[in-house]
Amino acid sequence: MPLLEVNSLTVDYQTRRGSIRAVDDMSFTLKKGEMMGLVGESGSGKSTLGLSIVRLVPSPGIIVAGHLEIDGISLLDASEEEMRSIRGKKAAFVFQDPMTSLSPVKRISAHFVELIRAHEPRIGKEQALLRAKATLMDVGILPERIDDYPHQFSGGMRQRIMIALAITLNPALLIADEPTTALDVIVQSKILDLMKGLREKYKMALILITHDLSIVLERCDKILVMYAGSFVEYADSMELHTNPMHPYTQGLLRSIPNVELADQKLEAISGSPPDMLSPPDGCRFQPRCVNAQERCRMERPPILEPEPGHFVRCFEVKE
Amino acid sequence: MGLRTYIITRILLTLPMIMLLLSIVFLIIRVMPGDPVLLHFEKKASEEAMAEMRRILGLDKPLYIQYFEYLVGLLRGDLGKSMQDFSPISDQIFSAFPATLELAISSTLVAVIVGVLLGVKASQSYNSLWDHSIRTLGIAVYATPIFFLGMVLQLVFAINLRMLPANGRFPPFLLEPNGLTLQLGIQTPDLVPIVLWFVPIGFASLAICITVLKRKRLRFWPNGLIAVLSTLLVGWVICMYLAWYFPSARTLHIKTGLYTVDSLMEGSPLKFVESIRYLFLPSITLGLVLSGVFTRLTRSNMLETLRLDFVTAARARGLKEGAVIYGYALRNAFLPILTMMGLQFATLLGGAILTETTFSWPGLGRYLVDRINFRDYTAIQGAVVYFAVIVAAVNLIIDLLYAFLDPRIRL
Repeated sequence: MPLLEVNSLTVDYQTRRGSIRAVDDMSFTLKKGEMMGLVGESGSGKSTLGLSIVRLVPSPGIIVAGHLEIDGISLLDASEEEMRSIRGKKAAFVFQDPMTSLSPVKRISAHFVELIRAHEPRIGKEQALLRAKATLMDVGILPERIDDYPHQFSGGMRQRIMIALAITLNPALLIADEPTTALDVIVQSKILDLMKGLREKYKMALILITHDLSIVLERCDKILVMYAGSFVEYADSMELHTNPMHPYTQGLLRSIPNVELADQKLEAISGSPPDMLSPPDGCRFQPRCVNAQERCRMERPPILEPEPGHFVRCFEVKE
Repeated sequence: MGLRTYIITRILLTLPMIMLLLSIVFLIIRVMPGDPVLLHFEKKASEEAMAEMRRILGLDKPLYIQYFEYLVGLLRGDLGKSMQDFSPISDQIFSAFPATLELAISSTLVAVIVGVLLGVKASQSYNSLWDHSIRTLGIAVYATPIFFLGMVLQLVFAINLRMLPANGRFPPFLLEPNGLTLQLGIQTPDLVPIVLWFVPIGFASLAICITVLKRKRLRFWPNGLIAVLSTLLVGWVICMYLAWYFPSARTLHIKTGLYTVDSLMEGSPLKFVESIRYLFLPSITLGLVLSGVFTRLTRSNMLETLRLDFVTAARARGLKEGAVIYGYALRNAFLPILTMMGLQFATLLGGAILTETTFSWPGLGRYLVDRINFRDYTAIQGAVVYFAVIVAAVNLIIDLLYAFLDPRIRL
């Protein structure tokens, strides 16, 4: 049984100028302990997808259709109280900007104690602190610093603290929404390697949301590509790297710089993402697609499975 | 900079401010039409008597000498004597101060509690019917004249329902020979207010019981405690009216001048409830009017804070909604509210003139109005000095609280 099952999930933002479909008919599954990269441009709906897994889409966003399941629990039918016990305990989150993700007026210890006691009220403060210190050690923060305030740490250290907070209760799924975008390149790779190591130690599944395909190619088991709120391609990362089937994925891969081919000119995908208030008819990518045909403008391509475990939403592929 | 150096610097910096303020007021009241000597006599007095009084009050000397003499007195900590009744100004201010302090504390509490709760509710349900009605209420309440709201509340709760006293600070009293004891007038308890009081108290305890039962995980703390406390409160009210028949319950020994504190020091719940009952209408009136500012301030600051990442992050950690709203969002949105609270509190310590007049509350506001009517120069100057000191002190305390509440702020 898969750990996470997302089935034709659809999320809308209702704005004054009309409804924006941020996540459109998204489906995928994730097994226990798997690491998945969720790749897409800014505004492609990847953060919204991540947040909707724990039903925290910010207002005015609402989940309009679909089915979500973690560990066999149907999340869209769960009560608010049941959701609360899932957040942090079964599915934990790491956010993009570590500078603003911790309450500036609370000590690090208070963040941990509140988290632990929200889920296990019987645990005493002392015991909770011991657990927090052990987790801090795991992410490479000195446990003595637990009584410091967030502003006394650097950005990279704060992101380590955020990761520690996320893994304290040993969740089955960790969703990291661009965890390294706000950090510099060296800290970035350290944090990513730390998360990879922790995933093995804690045996949790990990969804790494990013706009940078290159950082997930080498680290993740699976990769899901999104474009303008809709599903593009989902496959093992080796398979996706060697055999990309969707023109968008192919374009993304060609735009990654390669050290060995330093002379080669980088290719870019022409055009820009559509206005989500009036998305193009048919395939979302068709206005920028080099292979676009009449049919692509008329109707939405279905999600096909040309190879086992390799899903693509394109008319070009043959099953 | 160390904490002590900081505090000393701040205190020294207030001295020029007090000097400036005092000099301006000193001149203005003397330019103002009206003469304390003339107002001293009820009937028209002879020229000689007037000149004599002018000499006694020191008003015959040149202005700069009067000013200099006042400053010298001030440096010795002497605020001078009243031009109206010749008693020391510091004693007069000191005796009116407790009433004002009591009203200031209670109405600030009402304003902050009502304002913050409504503001939080409005920000939580942004752009909904709740939000719009709370915002409208905030403006409406802010625009209501204090004396009007006060009179309406007096009419409903004091005159029609007889639940609360209409004015004063304590039941009609007799001074004992030593002058330090208030004796309550002997009156039979009125049955109407007793019955009426049971309605709100009964509803409150019922609501609490329902909340307790609704909770799946029953724990003694804090709901059980609230239930026990509310039961005690009901019992208390009953005991209070029974105790009314016993004479020993009818005197209050004044020590601090804050009747709520005095009654607690005496260990008398009856007198405590009685002093709260008298405090109730004035502080609700003043508190409600002031709450409008807090509602709007809390709402706008909460709307900003609720958007911040750490609020979403706290939710994603599965914290209870109450802990997220109050522990994370409000805690961070609180600094501007605290500033406003300090400013309002300082203003109230100068005396809430309209409220004190409406409810015959013997505080500094009424004192100052009386003295301005008599052109009692020394009393007005004394009040200004007192007010400047209070504002400076409250501001200093607020700044210290800032550093305490937000670890990022260094003094």
